[in-house]
Amino acid sequence: MKLQKTILAVALSSVAASAFAAQPIIGLITKTETNPFFVKMKEGAEQQAKQLGAKLLTAAGKADGDNAGQVTAIENMIAAGAKTILITPSDSKAIVPAIKKAREQGVMVIALDSPTDPVDAADALFATDNFAAGVLIGKYTKAAKGTQGLKIATLDLFPGHPVGIARHNGFLAGLGVPGVTAKTTDLAKPAQVVCMGDSYGDQAKGQTVMENCLQKNPDINVVYTINEPAAAGAYKALKAVGREKEVLIVSVDGGCDGVKNLKDGVIAATSQQYPLKMAAYGVKAGVNYAKTGKKVSGYVDTGVTLIAGKKLAGVDSKDAAFGLGACWGNK
Amino acid sequence: MKKTFHQIATIPGAGAFLALVLACTFFSFQSDRFLSGQNFSLILQQVMVVGVMAIGQTLIILTAGIDLSCGMVMALSSIIMTKFFDSYGLNPYVSILCGLAVSMAFGWLNGMLVTRIKLPPFIVTLGTMNIAFAITQIYSGAQTVTNVPEQMTYFGNTFHLGSTTLAYGTILLLGLYAFTWWFLRDTAKGRHVYAVGNSPEAARLTGIRTDRVLVWVYVIAGLFYGIAAILSVARTGVGDPQAGQTDNLDSITAVVLGGTSLFGGRGVVLGTLIGAVIVGVFRNGLTLMGVASVFQILVTGILVILAVATDQMSRKRG
Repeated sequence: MKLQKTILAVALSSVAASAFAAQPIIGLITKTETNPFFVKMKEGAEQQAKQLGAKLLTAAGKADGDNAGQVTAIENMIAAGAKTILITPSDSKAIVPAIKKAREQGVMVIALDSPTDPVDAADALFATDNFAAGVLIGKYTKAAKGTQGLKIATLDLFPGHPVGIARHNGFLAGLGVPGVTAKTTDLAKPAQVVCMGDSYGDQAKGQTVMENCLQKNPDINVVYTINEPAAAGAYKALKAVGREKEVLIVSVDGGCDGVKNLKDGVIAATSQQYPLKMAAYGVKAGVNYAKTGKKVSGYVDTGVTLIAGKKLAGVDSKDAAFGLGACWGNK
Repeated sequence: MKKTFHQIATIPGAGAFLALVLACTFFSFQSDRFLSGQNFSLILQQVMVVGVMAIGQTLIILTAGIDLSCGMVMALSSIIMTKFFDSYGLNPYVSILCGLAVSMAFGWLNGMLVTRIKLPPFIVTLGTMNIAFAITQIYSGAQTVTNVPEQMTYFGNTFHLGSTTLAYGTILLLGLYAFTWWFLRDTAKGRHVYAVGNSPEAARLTGIRTDRVLVWVYVIAGLFYGIAAILSVARTGVGDPQAGQTDNLDSITAVVLGGTSLFGGRGVVLGTLIGAVIVGVFRNGLTLMGVASVFQILVTGILVILAVATDQMSRKRG
């Protein structure tokens, strides 16, 4: 709803306030320049900025977790005259002082994809509901495998990351594990989870974790993965022991490569998120702020869709063709 | 007892070997799945990329240098290999050779900057690390190359040895270590590497062309990074521009754990292999125990400090 309002406001304001000739400057700061997810996010922002006649500045940390790099980027963008900064915080807590300074100077700061800690340190958050994304693949797993005799391996993100925790716990909640809610603050480990490891969202590390999990527990039959690269790694490890056909791999992300993997049977189901939309909405809100002085606030859910290779009764899902068309918000 | 301890401590790699044995004993009590041929084969597969990279790193550290660029050069090399095949339809073997050539060219560049402009290796490779990283990202568009031909994944294939499956990459890893060990011990050129690391001035006075030795050490190290790139592609089945980001430090960790002195001139390459395996053993063992991966980092940190402390102590007495 909020989104539609935003869009409407932008449409109205572009008529009403076209007298403001100065080109609004909007900054986009991602975690890295290199993660395909952020590459897509940047694409979305660039397209939208071009459409709305805004100037887009982009920057990123050197690596995931490079807070200092993001702080420098914020400072540089304020210096460059940006009135709106869209940021995907690498470190949800450490970035807060820099955001506070920016807001004190009248800059609107919108967190994309990952929240700040506390959430209201930024003006607004445009992101996937990661818990809901987890719930979708949890429900799918329940429909595919039931709830008895599950031996689950989870390939998580890295220690303490809220997105990793939300997806992991969402998955378990979707499976019907009692006592796991969106409020649970660490990775839940019920009896059916027999192995957990950090994949850092990386294929090679995911493969290593899965190999080690299989050493520990060769009869794992469900693998939850934080994203599709980790899933591809898990698949490779399973293939090496000839069990890739019987083990159900589920994931979250829905990137184009990931959906291709789903089509090829590597992944059974994935919850698709839309970084392109996050960025596009952010730019729209920024342009609107520049023209009307109205800030956005609160949480805007950019949506998530379950993409599955095989439709299962009782679970609403879209097929790979839909997923490829929409991967990360292409449409 | 005290004396024997110090004698043992002066053998490079002895501490690492002891740590490895202790770790293996510990983990075999913790998990009944630890002590199996299959599990050790797996650990060797997991460490093969860093292991091969660490051979190059060992050669450079023996000359009292250091190479921070190795992970990024490896990533660049793997992207060149896969993308030359994917984008230009080049023969897979030619693509691999191009990748090797690029990593050796980076080695040559490092060597020239160290010897001709007399920059410290740390600074030179800090620079080339960033250059290699940037070229990798620009050239690949930060996209993973998924179209990889069978010829490039050969070393990821396995064969049976009794009840265990071994990867061809593991054989290559062990072969490269054996070769380098022989080369450093039994050839004149190998001894030159030690001589340059011990005292460049003394080496020069005995007629060793130290600059030349240094340049080819960096070039050969580059070749090892290229081979590591082949193994990385073989292991993951993709060309990954994000690969290698922590491998520079991991390779240095392996070298240091293996007892090679960061001050140059002292060390055995087989120690490096043990160092690399130790890291793999902890990661594997702790996962089998169900302990979070941060503890592996904790243990590695402690081991590195212990290894360097042992090195320092043996130098003082030495």
